[in-house]
Amino acid sequence: MLSKQTKEAFLGPLNANNPVLVQILGICSALAVTVQLKPALVMGISVTIIVALANVVIALIRKSIPMRIRIIVQLVVVAALVTIVSEILKAFAYDVAMQLSVYIGLIITNCILMGRLEAFAMTNNVKDSLMDGLGNGFGYAMILVIVAFLRELLGSGKLLGFQVIPQWCYDHGYTNCGMMLMPAMALILVGCVIWAHRSLNDKEGK
Amino acid sequence: MEKFYKFWKKFGENFQEGGKFEKLSSFYDAFDTFLFTPTTTAKKVGAQIHDGSDSKRTMIIVVLALIPCLLFGMFNVGYQHLLATGQLACGMTCALWWKALGFGVLAIIPFYLVSYIVGLGIEFIVAQIKHEEVAEGYLVTGFILPLILPINTPLWQVAIATAFAVIFAKEVFGGTGYNIFNVALIARAFLFFAYPASMTGDSVFVRLGSTWGWDGATAIDGWSGATTLTQLGTGMAAENASFWETFNGLMPGCVGETCVWAILIGAVLLLMTGVASWKVMLSILATAGVTAALFNAFGPDTAIANYPWYMHLISGGLLFGAVFMATDPVTGARTECGKWIYGALIGFMVILVRVLNPGFPEGMMLAILLGNAFAPLIDWCVVRRNVKHRMNR
Repeated sequence: MLSKQTKEAFLGPLNANNPVLVQILGICSALAVTVQLKPALVMGISVTIIVALANVVIALIRKSIPMRIRIIVQLVVVAALVTIVSEILKAFAYDVAMQLSVYIGLIITNCILMGRLEAFAMTNNVKDSLMDGLGNGFGYAMILVIVAFLRELLGSGKLLGFQVIPQWCYDHGYTNCGMMLMPAMALILVGCVIWAHRSLNDKEGK
Repeated sequence: MEKFYKFWKKFGENFQEGGKFEKLSSFYDAFDTFLFTPTTTAKKVGAQIHDGSDSKRTMIIVVLALIPCLLFGMFNVGYQHLLATGQLACGMTCALWWKALGFGVLAIIPFYLVSYIVGLGIEFIVAQIKHEEVAEGYLVTGFILPLILPINTPLWQVAIATAFAVIFAKEVFGGTGYNIFNVALIARAFLFFAYPASMTGDSVFVRLGSTWGWDGATAIDGWSGATTLTQLGTGMAAENASFWETFNGLMPGCVGETCVWAILIGAVLLLMTGVASWKVMLSILATAGVTAALFNAFGPDTAIANYPWYMHLISGGLLFGAVFMATDPVTGARTECGKWIYGALIGFMVILVRVLNPGFPEGMMLAILLGNAFAPLIDWCVVRRNVKHRMNR
């Protein structure tokens, strides 16, 4: 049904060409919003929607964008989409919007977005661009969820706000790891995920 | 000895490729080199090589230098326990002396078991995966770690911190000799930030409860287990320990850091054998002294800023850190001029953290880690300057 190229545009960013793990993009927000699972999920979904839509819009008008001002055009498109998402979040998920605070606004400067627009949407058709945007968004969201899962579980003993580690453990001397709540540990966790990913994908050998 | 050596070599054949215990060859190698290498001693002629000593021998000297601190620390753990539970009310007797030591030994042993089993376990696994010899670096790290922890730290936390430090501070950088930060201090820093309740406060430094089910008791009225620096840092009203009390070290604190004379014995051994650099030690102590004296004279009017400079030098972990941890040849500065700058940075920072940051009563750990981070840069600048000098000649 889907052509090979379209498939590749979607599946590539999930694994072999993952924006966070391989291109090391979007690290800043990955560290900032992953203390808890819920904001990480919302952030992942927001970025996915914005990348996909921005890719579509840019791909639609790619032939009429003057090359000299293409960055500005891309920024305007992204900024408009980010503003829409931000307003929707404030209207329907106020708590999460407050937790994410500036990071929703900062999606504008997320390097994954500009990278995809520049590298893919400017030179590909609408269908491929949509798939590429979705793939990159999911690839990004996946890492956010993995990191946030570990951080919330080990740092607060909760998942999505629900207590997961039973009180029994705390009574017997278990304590939450405060280090997990710090950005430094998020960086180390992202490093661990990259480590695991590389050692699984390193088929060529050393 | 000759007989044992022959037996040992024969035993070793089992570990070679194709032998019975091939998978355990790392173990054999580790103990073999530990006991019998280098096989050569220093030559009588020729000036190129001073000594046949290698890093294993160096590590052993550091461990020997730490033993006075360990012995005193064990006694002090028991002594503080007896003091807090009111068993010393009628004065010290010979029986109580032994009880204190016994209590301390029993309290410390689990720390060493955890530290070495976890740390060396990871080292052996990594060595086996990478097909390398087991490096000797963990010997000292594992020995120092229990000495810089409060005695009440839960053992599972020690295990996690050790694993974290060995993997992320050492193995990912390439193993012994390639680490940027002092591994034992990273373990401590991890505990400090991950489980602050176990690392700071009034009740972590003295064990009240039982050790292995022995001699559990409750504290007497009016007893406080806070260290002097905690009391000063948090503005707790308390009479400060005198100079000689602090010097003797029969007071609450991390296991190995309290006794000044035990640390000085270690320092003498390290300096006589040339293992540690006297420049780093002197530089840290001098800068810390001067900084503290400046705070005494011009600082804010808080208890910790008014704490005399000579007391700053002998309380907390400053001396222990200066002698055993900042002088680590791997993570410290290596150029001779760089050692002075490196020491000065640490000495300045430790007093700064103590006096100006109310959240951290003690700053030696953070100061040394900061010094570690800057050591390569300091070295680079010193080398560049030397190159420039020579170009201009």
